[in-house]
Amino acid sequence: MSESIVIAEMNDGKVSATTAELVSAALAYGSTPTLVIPCTTPSVADGEGYEGVTQVIACVASVFSSFDAAGWAEALDELTSEGSIFVSASPHSRDLAARLAARKGIPVVQDVIRIENGKFTSPVYSGKANQTVSVTGDAAISIRSNIFQGASPATMTCNVVDKSGQVSVAIKEMLNRANERLDVSEANIIISGGRGMGNPSNFSHLEEIADVLGAAVGASRAAVDTWDEIPHSMQVGQTGKTVNPNLYIAVGISGAIQHLAGMRSSKYIVAINKDAEAPIFQHADYGIVATWEEALPELSTHLQAMLG
Amino acid sequence: MNIVVLVKRVPDTNAKIVVTNERVDLSSVKWVISPYDEFAIEMALRHRESNGGEVVALTLGDAQSDKVLKDAKAIGVDKLVRIWNDNWNYLDSVGIQSALAQTITELGAQVVYCGKSAADTGAASTGPGLAEKLGWPNISNAVETEFGDKLLVTAPVSGNPAKLEVGLPAVITCDKGPYKVRKPNVKGIMMAKKATVEVKEASIPEQTVKLESHSYPPQKPAGKQFHGSESVQNVVQLLRDEANVI
Repeated sequence: MSESIVIAEMNDGKVSATTAELVSAALAYGSTPTLVIPCTTPSVADGEGYEGVTQVIACVASVFSSFDAAGWAEALDELTSEGSIFVSASPHSRDLAARLAARKGIPVVQDVIRIENGKFTSPVYSGKANQTVSVTGDAAISIRSNIFQGASPATMTCNVVDKSGQVSVAIKEMLNRANERLDVSEANIIISGGRGMGNPSNFSHLEEIADVLGAAVGASRAAVDTWDEIPHSMQVGQTGKTVNPNLYIAVGISGAIQHLAGMRSSKYIVAINKDAEAPIFQHADYGIVATWEEALPELSTHLQAMLG
Repeated sequence: MNIVVLVKRVPDTNAKIVVTNERVDLSSVKWVISPYDEFAIEMALRHRESNGGEVVALTLGDAQSDKVLKDAKAIGVDKLVRIWNDNWNYLDSVGIQSALAQTITELGAQVVYCGKSAADTGAASTGPGLAEKLGWPNISNAVETEFGDKLLVTAPVSGNPAKLEVGLPAVITCDKGPYKVRKPNVKGIMMAKKATVEVKEASIPEQTVKLESHSYPPQKPAGKQFHGSESVQNVVQLLRDEANVI
């Protein structure tokens, strides 16, 4: 069995739960993973570990408090000297995978959704097809979240290694978001509205339900293009964000191919549309043929009864 | 200022993708500049307007890719360069980035703009990988840029927008921003017809990624359909009991 490196996915300086899925992916490739936790203080790595992981290394460097992928790659360089590298397919970690791969002269394969017989499958053409490749030697691999079953946690001892990297991109100012809500790219549940919402002010009904669910609010391209009040940051689809939450609720969205491209890999899809022929219903696990005016108050009531 | 913008020829995003004999069949799709590359072209042109210099549109592909270079010319870039070798077929990231890095070094570029990802692979590897290869910093998913000795770039950090400062040289990958991209005008289209494409060769390392197959994504089993808002309660219950997602 070959050795591999799993780089823990970090969220607000903590190890994100998706790291367990990266370990599973490394095991599915038939490799024995070392878990590397990029952190600024080793206590972050306390108690971290998974079944199947051979060792845990806390890689401590101040550069990890920044987001600069170049600095991260430099600090992680020696710890990733041999074996394939597994990271999460988050925007930051995809940059990291590309930089680490280029640094080592090994290829990068992004957005992997399946590993079988040593081959990697990723969606291409915005999910209209899948592409399967094989790699001779090592590669950097980014893994889509919510697809691999996470490895079970195990308590392990952790080695601490100090490294450094140079930050070449400086944050001058954090800006206010056009929208203070959870971003669609970070949410486990998303409720999105389309032009069928009739009017941008009606998105408040989606926000109300999002608050009950702890969800983000998204929008179709048609809604973003039609209404200035709906910012592009909310757009899910081929020219917006690609998401794969546990639950995606599409309201008043017909299901244009370019919207489907951004959300079809969601675990469960609920569609609410008054047109029973809308293409979105072909992709929905649960389709409700109704107007949003009738369905959303019901949805709000029953979710609150269950979760409130 | 030598500015390079990377463009890629991809199937139109509305095109139906057909898979035959385990390979995508792209023989009847319409081809376009990858949509995010249009934002990169706009950024490159604004950089030229602000600081002077020359914008080179660079692509990697066979002669069919001349069309997207000429489209870039019609929008306003100065020079067109294409990298190709007839022995190339499927190239992995090492091959693509090596070829681009060699050519960009030859062109003496001080800044490279490209789309945040290409509409075909969606991988988003080329920008950051190329930057690493060149030993340059990169900023991904830029929506706005202010041009000076350094660049002040608006891009997301952990999902929140931030103003980021980076010195040159650098690679900037572009997302859709709050501005209109310019489109070809009649004069530009006429000029583009006469434009020449310089074809360069590059040497690349042995490829270690092999394309095995394409396939259609597995069809989801048919979902359940309900009629009327009175079914909402039922669906909420299923989300809890059957799907376990709330």
